Amino acid sequence: MTISSETLDIEINGIRHSLPKELSGNRLSSVLRDKLGLTGTKVGCDAGDCGACTVLVDGASVCACLTPVAHVGEKKVTTVEGLSDAAMSQLQASFLRHGAAQCGICTPGMLMAAHALQQRIVKPTRAQVETALGGVLCRCTGYQKIVDAVLDTGKVEQQDQPEAGAAIGAAVERLDGERKVLGLDVFGADLLPENALLVRAVRSPHHAAKFTFGNIDEWQSGHPGVAAVLTAVDIPGENCFGVIPGCEDQPALAEGHVRLRGEAVALIVGAADVVEALTFVDFPVEWEPQVAVLTSSESKERTGDPIHMNRKGNVLITGRVVSGDADAALANAVHVAEGEFETAYVEHAYIEPEAGVAWMEGDVLNIHACTQAPVMDRDETAKVLNLPKDKLRIRPAATGGGFGSKLDVSLQPLIGLAAMVTGQPCRMVYSRAESMCSTTKRHPAKIKARIGTTKGGELTGMIFTGDFNTGAYASWGSTVANRVPVHASGPYRVPDFSAEASAIHTNGPTSGAFRGFGVPQAAILQEALFDDLAEACGIDRLGFRLSNALQDGDQTTCGQTLQGVGIRECLEALQQPWEQALEEAATHNRTNTALRRGVGVASCWYGCGNTALPNPSTIRIGISGAGEIFLHQGASDIGQGANTVIAQICADALGIALGSITLVGGDTALTPDCGKTSASRQTFVTGKAAELAGKDLRRTILSMSNMSPDADIEIVGTKLVISEGTVSREIDLAKLPANEFGYVLMAEETYDPPTQALDESGQGIPYAVYGYGAQIAELEVDMKLGKVRVLRVTAAHDLGRVINPILAEGQIEGGIAQGLGMALMEEYVPGRTENLHDYLIPTIGDVPEVRSILIEKPDPEGPFGAKGLGEHVLIPTVPAILNAIRHASGARITKLPAVPHRVLAAIQKVNDNV
Amino acid sequence: MVGYFQPQTVQEALERLAVGDSTVAAGCTDLFPATEHQSLAGTVLDITRLAELRGISETGTGWRVGANTTWSAVIDAVLPASFDGLKSAAGAVGSVQIQNAATIGGNICNASPAADGVPALLTLEAEVEMSSTRGSRRMPLQSFIKGPRQIALQPDELMVAIHVPASAARGQSGFLKLGSRKHLVISIAMVAVRLVVTDGKIQDAAISVGACSPVATRLVKLENALKGASVDAALGIVKPALIEPELTPIEDIRADRNYRFVATAEITRRAVASVLAKADGLVS
Repeated sequence: MTISSETLDIEINGIRHSLPKELSGNRLSSVLRDKLGLTGTKVGCDAGDCGACTVLVDGASVCACLTPVAHVGEKKVTTVEGLSDAAMSQLQASFLRHGAAQCGICTPGMLMAAHALQQRIVKPTRAQVETALGGVLCRCTGYQKIVDAVLDTGKVEQQDQPEAGAAIGAAVERLDGERKVLGLDVFGADLLPENALLVRAVRSPHHAAKFTFGNIDEWQSGHPGVAAVLTAVDIPGENCFGVIPGCEDQPALAEGHVRLRGEAVALIVGAADVVEALTFVDFPVEWEPQVAVLTSSESKERTGDPIHMNRKGNVLITGRVVSGDADAALANAVHVAEGEFETAYVEHAYIEPEAGVAWMEGDVLNIHACTQAPVMDRDETAKVLNLPKDKLRIRPAATGGGFGSKLDVSLQPLIGLAAMVTGQPCRMVYSRAESMCSTTKRHPAKIKARIGTTKGGELTGMIFTGDFNTGAYASWGSTVANRVPVHASGPYRVPDFSAEASAIHTNGPTSGAFRGFGVPQAAILQEALFDDLAEACGIDRLGFRLSNALQDGDQTTCGQTLQGVGIRECLEALQQPWEQALEEAATHNRTNTALRRGVGVASCWYGCGNTALPNPSTIRIGISGAGEIFLHQGASDIGQGANTVIAQICADALGIALGSITLVGGDTALTPDCGKTSASRQTFVTGKAAELAGKDLRRTILSMSNMSPDADIEIVGTKLVISEGTVSREIDLAKLPANEFGYVLMAEETYDPPTQALDESGQGIPYAVYGYGAQIAELEVDMKLGKVRVLRVTAAHDLGRVINPILAEGQIEGGIAQGLGMALMEEYVPGRTENLHDYLIPTIGDVPEVRSILIEKPDPEGPFGAKGLGEHVLIPTVPAILNAIRHASGARITKLPAVPHRVLAAIQKVNDNV
Repeated sequence: MVGYFQPQTVQEALERLAVGDSTVAAGCTDLFPATEHQSLAGTVLDITRLAELRGISETGTGWRVGANTTWSAVIDAVLPASFDGLKSAAGAVGSVQIQNAATIGGNICNASPAADGVPALLTLEAEVEMSSTRGSRRMPLQSFIKGPRQIALQPDELMVAIHVPASAARGQSGFLKLGSRKHLVISIAMVAVRLVVTDGKIQDAAISVGACSPVATRLVKLENALKGASVDAALGIVKPALIEPELTPIEDIRADRNYRFVATAEITRRAVASVLAKADGLVS
C-alpha cells in the first residue's frame, strides 16, 4: 500500500543503489558496511552514543546506526568515501598534518561531522566546532588536535619528508595516517570475506553461576542456518589462557560454572543474517546463580570456596618493596600525613569494540583481529586450539584503540575454533555491551598510605598498602601488584620505605592492563599527602616536590641507582606556569565565591618495559635487489604511533631518508616478534632494536664499500650510493644474491632491556629506563553544584629524546583526557553501565587546553636517549586535578570519580567543620 | 504481521494503526538503542513522510508544533522568546546528530523521566493532539505522560502535534541542564523557566523540573509564590522549601537523592535569575 516499488533506491556519494526493500528497517550503518562494502563508516555502539558512524543525509549529520535505510530514500547520503576524490580533501589533509587521527576509528565520524559544519559555515569558531563535533567520541587524542585541524583546514603547507639523518625530532605525519583519514584502514570488523559465517557468544547474565546445557542438537535443528554450536567440549587444546606464565586461568568457553557476568559459555556459528537475528532466549542453558562477591573487601572476608581453588583467600599475588625501616622513620618524622583512597572500575572505552575474522589457508589458521600483542595472541590461541605455532598466523587488523585491554585475547580463540570446525571464514564483532562486560578494566583500588618528613620538608619514610580488585581472572593482576610498590614513592627520594599491593579476586570484570598498571591509582594518594606535608611544612607545593625529586645517582626504593633522571627538569619547567596559575587563581577568587579556581600539581615516573622480566623486541630491515628498503616493524600501532616512530629511529640509525623505507606490519608470518604494545616499551625497546638493526646494516654497507662512518648512503634506482666529500662508491644491489627472505642486504637485531630480578624485599633493577613528568591542573569548582571544569593542564614530560613532537603531544593530550575522565566521571558498574551513555567518557566539551612542554634529558640506555611516554602522561592528571579541587574549594576527595554529588558533599564537609 | 510501512498520508497511517500491532517510528533515536539487532523488529510504521506532522506554525489560538518536528528544526525556527527555553533544551538533546533525527513527539512518547524537551513544554502549557480513525482529541501534556515509559496514547492513536496556547506563548524563558559532562549526557536534573514580567512585577510564572520525579513536574508552589512578586524580591523567594516537596528524586549512578534536591534548588535559582535578567534587558 505504501511502498510501491519493489526495491529501495538510495543514493550514496552520488551513486544510486537498488536494495531489497526488506532492508527498509535496517540500520543504515550495517547496510553501508555489510551490503555495499563501504566500511569507512565505523560502528562503535549502535546507540548514538559515540558518533563514529556519522554520515551526512542531505548535508545534515546523523548517526547511521540510528537511521533506518528507508529514511534516506530520495535523499543524498555522503560517507567518508565521498569526501575525497582522487586526493585527500583539505579537511582530511589537515587531520593528517595536525595528528588529529591516532587510531583512526573515530576519524570518519569526526570528518563527517566537521564536513557538515564546514558546508554550513566556512570559517567556524572554536565553539562552533566543539558543538558540531560534540557527538563524536574520541578516546585517543584528547580532541585538541581535532579541533585545530578543523579550524586550520585549507592552509596547505606541503610537508617535506626529512632528509637522511634528520628523521628523529621531525614532526613527521604518521606514516600510516593517509589510510586512516581516507577511511580505508582495515579494522577488525572491516574485513568481510565472502560467505563468512557469523559467530556470536552466549554469555552469562550472572556474576557467578553454575550452568548446564539442555539439548543443544535439538535447539540447533530448530534453527536452520545455524552451522555449529560450540561449547567447551569442542575445544581441542587447553581451555585455559592467560598472559602471565603460571597464572593461566581463563577458559575460552566456561566449563560448568562462570566467574563473571559476560563470560562466554557457547558459540553460535552460522549464516550471518540468521545468527544476527537470534535472541538466545530459547537457547538451552540453565543457570544456577551463586553468591557473588564484587569488591576486594567482601572477597577477603568471604569464607568458603575461593573463586579459584588454588588461590587461598582469593589473593592472586602480593607485591612488595621494602627498604630501610619505614616504621622507625615515621615514628621519628616531624610531620606525618596519612590517608585512604578508593578508585572505581574504569573501562578502556576504545571506540572499536573487539572484532575479527578467522579463516583457513590450507592447514594454517589465519586470524585478522584487533590486537596489541600479535605474538601473544598466536601463542595463547594456539594452545587453546592445540595448533603448532607455525599453523596459526595472526594478521593484525588496524586497532581502534587498546589502552591495555587488547593485550589479552578476546575473540581470537573463539573465531579460530569456529573456523577450524566449519572450515569457513568466521567473523565476530562484539556489541558495545559485550565488549564492556567481557573484557578487562582498570583495577579498583583501596589504598592507604602514611608519609613522613623532617621539619624542613625532607621526605624520610613512607608506608603504602593497597588492595587491587583483580576480578574474576588473573590477566595482568600480578603485573599491577608488582608495579605498584615499585612506583608508590613517586619520583622522589624516600630513604625508608615499605609498600605492599595485593591483587584480590572477585566476581567482577577481570581487571587487566590499563595505561599505567595500577600506578595512576597509587599516585593519587601519594600526591594528595604531599600537599598535606607541604602545607604542614609551610613550603610551596611545587617547591616541596622539587626539593625531594630524584636526581642522577640517587637510589630508588628498589636500590637501583638511576641516571638520566628528568623529574627535576620537568618540575623546573613548571615553575613559571605554576606561579602564574596561582596568581591568576588568587585574582579570580578575590572577587568570586560561587566559582572558585584552584591549581594542583603532581608528578609521575614510570619504568618502561616488563618489571624485571625479559621482554625482547626483534627488528629486521632488508634491502631488495630492486632497491627497496623494507622495515619489518612488529610493534602494534594502536594509534600511539609506533609505525612512524620506529621507522624514524631506524632511518636515522641507517642514515637513509625516511621516505625510502617501506613498512611491513606485525603479521606473525612476516615479521619477528616485537613483543606487546604495553608498558610504554615500544619506543624504548623496539626503538632500540631498530637502532641496532639500522646501525648494523649501515656498518655492513660501509664496510662493503670501504667508506668511513660519516659517509652518506642513498638509494638511486637499484644502486646504493655511498659518498663522502668527493669520494663516491656504488653497490649494485641487482647483482647481489638474495637471502632466504628475499633480501640482498639485511640486518636483524634483538634487544632485551637489562634488568635484574627483584628479591623478596623488592630490591633489584626492575627497569632499564624510566620516563618522568609533572603536570599542573587549573580548574574551576562550582561551589553550589560541585561541578568541576578543568581549564588548562600544563604538562612537562621528559622523553629523553623527542622522536616525533606531534605524536608526543598527541600522547600527552590523550592521556590527560583519559586522566580527566578517571578523575571526574568514569565508573564502571557491572551490569549497570554497559553502554556509553551510562558509562561516561570525556567529550570534546570536557577537555581542557593542554600545554605540552617536552623535556629531553637523554637516557644512557634508550635509543638516541629516548624514553617511553604513553602511560606516564595519565599518571599525574588525576592527582593534579584532585589537588586543584582541594586548592579551590578545600574539598578533599577520597573516592573516584569526583562526580558533582561527591564534590559537593566534600565541600559541605569542609563547611561543616569550619 | 511483519513489515516496514511508510505511509504518505495521515489517513493511511491511522488505518495501519487501526489494524494494530505496529511500532511507530520517527527519528528512531530511541528505538535503535533499545535493540542490539541490525533491524527494527516487528511491524514498523515509519511516519517520517507525513508532511502534516512536520514544522512549526502559528495558529489562530497559539502555536502548533508537528510531532515529527526535529530538534534541529526547533532550534532553527523563528519563535517568540517564550520558546527560548525549548530551543535551549533542543540544543541539549544528545548531539547535533541526534537533534537532526530525533523528534519532539518521540521525546514525549518515549516518556523518559529525563526527556530533555518535556520541562520546557510543560512551562508552555503544551497540549498533545492525537488522532485515530475514530477521531481526534487533545490532552494536556502533564496528563499525557503518566509515568516512566507510560503515556495516554491508545494503541490505534498517533500523536500528530503539540499545541502551545497563545496565553502561554508569552514572556521570557530559559532552560538549564545539569549533567556530568558537556555533550551526550543524560541529566542529573534540569529546569525550565518561563516568566512574564511587566512593570517590574512577575505576572506569570511557569517552572518545571525534569529528571527528579517519574514525570517532569511543575513547581506549583514556587510559581504561586513568584506570581505578583517584584523582580527584585524574586530570587529571595526561590527557596528549597518551595521546591523539594514537589520532587521525588531517585539515587542512581548519576547522582544521589540529596544532591538532586540541593542541585535542583540551585539550578532553579540560576534559571530564574537568567530569565529575569533577560526580562530586565528588554525593559532597559
